[in-house]
Amino acid sequence: MNLEMNDNYSQIRAMLSLSKASLKALRRNPSAIIFNILFPLIFIIVFGFISEGRFSIEIAFMPGTDMNNVIIKNLKSVNSVKFIENLSGEDMLIELERGRIDAVISINKNADGNSIVLLKTSKASPERGNVFKLLLSDIVDKQNLADSKTEFPKNVLKEEIVEGRKFRTIDFILPGQLGFSLLSSGVFGTAFIFLSLRQTLVIKRFFATPVKKMYIILGESLSRLVFTISSSVIIILIGYFVFGFTLINGIVTFGNMLLLSVIAMIVFFGFGFIVSGIAKNEAAVPAIANLITLPQFLLAGTFFPISNFPEWLQPVSRVLPLTYLNGALRKISFEGAGLFDVKGDIFIMLIWGVVLYAVAVRVFKWE
Amino acid sequence: MKDEIILSVINLTKKYNDLTAVDGISFDVYKGEIFGLLGPNGAGKTTTLEIMETLREKTSGEVLVDGLSVDKDQNQIKKIIGVQLQSAGYYPNLHLNELIELFSGLYNVKTDPKEILGIVDLQEKAESKYKDLSGGQKQRFSICTTLINTPKIIFLDEPTTGLDPQARRNLWELIKQIRENGTTVMLTTHYMDEAEILCDRVGIIDKGKIIIIDTPDNLIDDLINKGFERKKQIKTANLEDVFLNLTGHELRDE
Repeated sequence: MNLEMNDNYSQIRAMLSLSKASLKALRRNPSAIIFNILFPLIFIIVFGFISEGRFSIEIAFMPGTDMNNVIIKNLKSVNSVKFIENLSGEDMLIELERGRIDAVISINKNADGNSIVLLKTSKASPERGNVFKLLLSDIVDKQNLADSKTEFPKNVLKEEIVEGRKFRTIDFILPGQLGFSLLSSGVFGTAFIFLSLRQTLVIKRFFATPVKKMYIILGESLSRLVFTISSSVIIILIGYFVFGFTLINGIVTFGNMLLLSVIAMIVFFGFGFIVSGIAKNEAAVPAIANLITLPQFLLAGTFFPISNFPEWLQPVSRVLPLTYLNGALRKISFEGAGLFDVKGDIFIMLIWGVVLYAVAVRVFKWE
Repeated sequence: MKDEIILSVINLTKKYNDLTAVDGISFDVYKGEIFGLLGPNGAGKTTTLEIMETLREKTSGEVLVDGLSVDKDQNQIKKIIGVQLQSAGYYPNLHLNELIELFSGLYNVKTDPKEILGIVDLQEKAESKYKDLSGGQKQRFSICTTLINTPKIIFLDEPTTGLDPQARRNLWELIKQIRENGTTVMLTTHYMDEAEILCDRVGIIDKGKIIIIDTPDNLIDDLINKGFERKKQIKTANLEDVFLNLTGHELRDE
């Protein structure tokens, strides 16, 4: 019996039995379910009601626009209007269709010397488009009034509405919540379980069996991965069927979101391993873990686009890994991007992964 | 059969910085015996045990378990030993039968959880969680996990510490039964009554050194031959006998 065991010992079999046990335990753990599924759903509902997405109106000028025109100067004095720069004319129209900018305008003088203001808005963002139209026509009217006193040319406003998909709040909020639930599960869940297995000597008892250390980590991580990705499936499906979340290419988009979630989760495990290593006891875990998750919760575009933050803060947002997960999830779900299209975001997450695991290897404790 | 060595400790030393926890000890354990390592707290019992269990690196010396060296054959050793740790916990939120399945997987063996729980009289607790067991039941479950891989030798670290007299006697019976089934038992304790009743041979360890190794009987006879006498003549019963006589031998786990 022992001989047979010696020859055929399978680390994979040992690992899978640990994953299976760990999954059973996770399913019985109410806090895991609350954190992974209930919290994100509550946030989706709450934020879905209190905010209709962005707070500012974002517009862009078509290339070739006469930037010295007095109308533009007047527009720039309006606080709630943001000017998006560095986009090609083609990209502007794409962004407009997606509702990521609310209006595109061009202002040019025609042969008669009149300023022609051409306004393009989108059905993807009808409310803000309309508000901007009112704002703009007000400015044009005032200017016309002022100009009428002199013999200056008239300013004419023309409007054009482009077709667009409706980008709902849920399309912004859900990917953010999904990203954040992956982050918190990776950080809190991993940190708690490894710390508690270490402190209660469960892991030491495992060491007395032939399973190798690495397979203990793999087995435990695999179960958390399965559990968290299952939660993601539930969140996306509830979002889709109950809140009208957009899965632009249906099942392909769904699959891409889950694949991206797996990649992100593996990266975020690194945070969890580090926290489990540096926390002295269970009470220290939330303090350290919050230090990692809270700034990302607030700054990584979970609730608001990072373009809403003051400019000095935006570089901070652009460093955080969750920013790239959230961004990539939105590109996949709403714009139908594939994993290859978001390779830039994935690359930055992987760089984080390399750094985190390099630190984790140094601080992780077995005893 | 009795003289076949299963465990050999040769000049074993363990140092933690300045502290020498185990100081050049040597002894053998024979196949099929119950060997007890006795000593006060901090004498080096647990450290010695954990080195034999491949859970701790030694500073020098050699330990052979069934001919396998703890330096080179750690994984082979783990397959043929059973380990019960002092105050070890078990995976949270799992039932006993699920924990048995987990360990079966970790040892790569097929077991029937009910049957193996039956050995330690816990089949009725198969659907309970470890944390809901009584002290005696916890220790019995701990010992149960050492049997999953049908080991040649099991290591028990202070198996009866903290148990009431009924539960201690119950555990002694269990340990004797395991030995009857052919498994060698190596245990630590600081209860002399336990060693006297349970162990075929004992080694007394203090400040990291083994002072003496022999059967309990021989050790007591030697002392008497040296002219030792108890100050007060012992009565034919003690307070524990009174306690058990009044409260019965029945287990009070539930």
